[in-house]
Amino acid sequence: MRKRTRPFTLILALAALYVALPAAAQEEPHVFRGAQILPIVGPPIDSGVLVVQGGKITDVGGPDTRAPRGAVEHDLSGKVLMPGLVDTHSHVGSVSGGDRSSPLHPEVRNLDSIDVAADSVWRARAGGITTLNMMSGSGHLMSGQTAYVKLRDGARTIEDWLYCDDPLTGICGGMKMANGTNSIGSPPFPGTRSKSAALVRNLYHEAVAYVEKMAEAETEDGDDEDDDEDAPAKRDLRMEALAEVLAGDRIVQHHTHRHNDIATVLRLKEEFGFRVVVQHGTESWKVAEELAAAGVPVSITWIDSPGGKEEVIDWNMEMAALLEQAGVDVAFNTDDSVTDSRLLFRAAAIAVRYGMSREKALEALTLAPARMLGLEDRIGSLEAGKDADFVVLSGDPLSVYSKVEQTWVEGTMIYDRSNPDHRKYAVGGYKVYRTTAEEEHMTQQLLSGETGETR
Amino acid sequence: MKRLGTTLLLVAVAALAGGPAAAQVAVRAETLHTVSGPPIRNAVVIAGADGKIEWVGPAADANIPDGARVLEAAVVTPGLVDPHSVVGLSGALNSNVGPVRDQDQLERSSPIQPDLRAIDAYDANETLVEWVRSYGVTTLHTGHGPGALISGQTMIAKTRGRNVEQATLVPARMLAATLGNAVSSNFQSPGTSSKGVAMLRGAFIGAQAYLEEVRKAEEAGDEDESSDDNGDEDSEGHHDGDAKPAPKPPPRDLAKEALGQVLDGELSLLITANTVPEIAAALRLQSEFGFDLVLDGAAESYLLLDEIREAGVPVVLHPTMSRVRNGSYETAAKLADAGIPFALQTGFEGYVPKTRVLLWEAAIAAANGLGRERALEAITLSPARILGIDDRVGSIEVGKDADLALFDGDPFEYTSHICGVIIEAEVMSTECR
Repeated sequence: MRKRTRPFTLILALAALYVALPAAAQEEPHVFRGAQILPIVGPPIDSGVLVVQGGKITDVGGPDTRAPRGAVEHDLSGKVLMPGLVDTHSHVGSVSGGDRSSPLHPEVRNLDSIDVAADSVWRARAGGITTLNMMSGSGHLMSGQTAYVKLRDGARTIEDWLYCDDPLTGICGGMKMANGTNSIGSPPFPGTRSKSAALVRNLYHEAVAYVEKMAEAETEDGDDEDDDEDAPAKRDLRMEALAEVLAGDRIVQHHTHRHNDIATVLRLKEEFGFRVVVQHGTESWKVAEELAAAGVPVSITWIDSPGGKEEVIDWNMEMAALLEQAGVDVAFNTDDSVTDSRLLFRAAAIAVRYGMSREKALEALTLAPARMLGLEDRIGSLEAGKDADFVVLSGDPLSVYSKVEQTWVEGTMIYDRSNPDHRKYAVGGYKVYRTTAEEEHMTQQLLSGETGETR
Repeated sequence: MKRLGTTLLLVAVAALAGGPAAAQVAVRAETLHTVSGPPIRNAVVIAGADGKIEWVGPAADANIPDGARVLEAAVVTPGLVDPHSVVGLSGALNSNVGPVRDQDQLERSSPIQPDLRAIDAYDANETLVEWVRSYGVTTLHTGHGPGALISGQTMIAKTRGRNVEQATLVPARMLAATLGNAVSSNFQSPGTSSKGVAMLRGAFIGAQAYLEEVRKAEEAGDEDESSDDNGDEDSEGHHDGDAKPAPKPPPRDLAKEALGQVLDGELSLLITANTVPEIAAALRLQSEFGFDLVLDGAAESYLLLDEIREAGVPVVLHPTMSRVRNGSYETAAKLADAGIPFALQTGFEGYVPKTRVLLWEAAIAAANGLGRERALEAITLSPARILGIDDRVGSIEVGKDADLALFDGDPFEYTSHICGVIIEAEVMSTECR
């Protein structure tokens, strides 16, 4: 092996460089030893071993787990290693959706606005978040199609982050909807809750008719292929997206707070049969049994006090525990910039303070939100065959003193606290977060108390 | 307020125990953080019936009077002191429409309103008062918030009492001022930072003139009194020929009076200044008018540590987790390392969360370089000093108010619980949360 001619070795080396260095890093196996591994799907593994190759996890186990020959060794003794966090509700990346021309924008894609170079995304990396549902705000009944993204290294456009293969043909996210006070306004926006529901129902019935018409057209085409009297079906971007919702392929990510607004969401689900995730769900603890019966999960934005608006006055610190007891699937989200992506761990920790089990709290940061995005086969736990997305912590994930030391996506480190250029995003400072005009607008609205954009 | 029987019984118990006075509450702590001194292991605090701390020391030496209510906790700290909040003026509903109006922290009719008093708006029964108390805050510096050049007077309250009179510790403590763009978004003028500073200077110069008028009138009044039997002057103050009329006191001007109190050092000026130019402008105003300045917010203070230290100005730092531009989790540690007196606050929130939890804001600072001891001081003794009430609160010492917070573990850990809050020997709550 060592007797190869020098030119050949050189060619090999050059070829490896040319093929792209990050890819090369993924191809050779990596083994991470010594950390306490929290696989989420099983009990913690002390002095665990994680083996990664080609961006995937190939093995997880105890200290005796064998690594492939030639694997790059990483000593993580004294650390904690767990799956990368999944945030089902984030506004980082300068994301925007529909405008004020209508309360309903099913055709608007959030992915067309996302800036992969936005500083705000560094909050997510520094917070150990590897997958996000980036989406537009709650100032509309339907503000647009959300984007499920993975923070892969070296992204140049949003295409590099998407889970779908092609935004022109694939389903690349969910559908952002909202009810309650945020989406109420002056015409063309609804003025009441009932009107809000009526506008949405009318739209979905239009989509039901569209789906039926398309099915008929397809059947006719099949029967009678030469019938050139049938004009080709006119494309309707709004209806196409809603058809995906009706088929259960595009999950509704529904902002809602009050118990009666949550009940309205369940009624819509019943009528149209879509998959839905309750986002925020401040009063979900009051309708926990109904949510459990409907199989609807809740993604909670953790806030530190009640109020800010009438809808969230019954904020209950025990809500995660109450939902867990009722059998509702629970996740925590950041709603960044409402809460900070660097502090998603604290939501789970404070939920444990108020009675949630430690196991479910950690699942609520990882596998549960993965399910809410329909991505549980790829991410959310440490299992052979899943994507190698994980975070290395200095200690207990539920301790305020623990730090995210490394964040890895598909076998590549995307955040390293020991690198000063990365660390600055963990702590902040002068011009670290420059914020875009869109983000500044949202922050100013939050600070001044104007509603209508996010929570 | 206590039933006579109970009082008599307590007196009898105290007499039997031979104690100095009727102790109401004793707290046993595995670790007692006095803050004024090193932590004491296995300690006891005894609170007297007068609401003051009567005795502090090792459990072995404690003489807990019979009949005293005894509480136990893993960790005991002083009741927390929030050096800047709007709780009590800015309510949880965040509404200024319809029948519910609970936003009294900012009056937008004029950018300079020093005559507004917090005590005329403070709602002792507001949900958020109880909320912050349940997380250990026993003393609250609250009042008019940021957003106007001068938004009004602040007050210091204990987080108890059915009304403002019962809650008030200090009815007027500072004037709340704001520099920079935060003001321009609320008023047509000032539309720029420079204009804002010019307007403030004009207001203070007007107040100086007002004080001068008052002083002259008072001096003349004194002269009148001392020369009563002279008979040269008539009752209008005229006397022969060239003599000027004795100055009359100016009509009362509540705004100028309040600004005058700042110039006289009776009220401090709490200036919300976050950027470098804003902080520098605040220091410039202070050197021009010589008032007692407290810097509020101070997001970019890490860029002006030398200037702030040289000016001898304390900082009431923004909440660690707040969305302030250019904020850093490490600013608290940098202020501490630079030897600048500072305290951590919960500040003003316009939306959600409507108030922050002081304990958790300090926790993030503790975990980012400040450390536990200094973080605890930044929410107890340090704010008490900045507020000038460290003779009453901020540490566990004999003679101070018996304001205590009880925990089942490290107060800053997310998964610890606060299991008791005591204000002036009154047990406000004992449930763990």
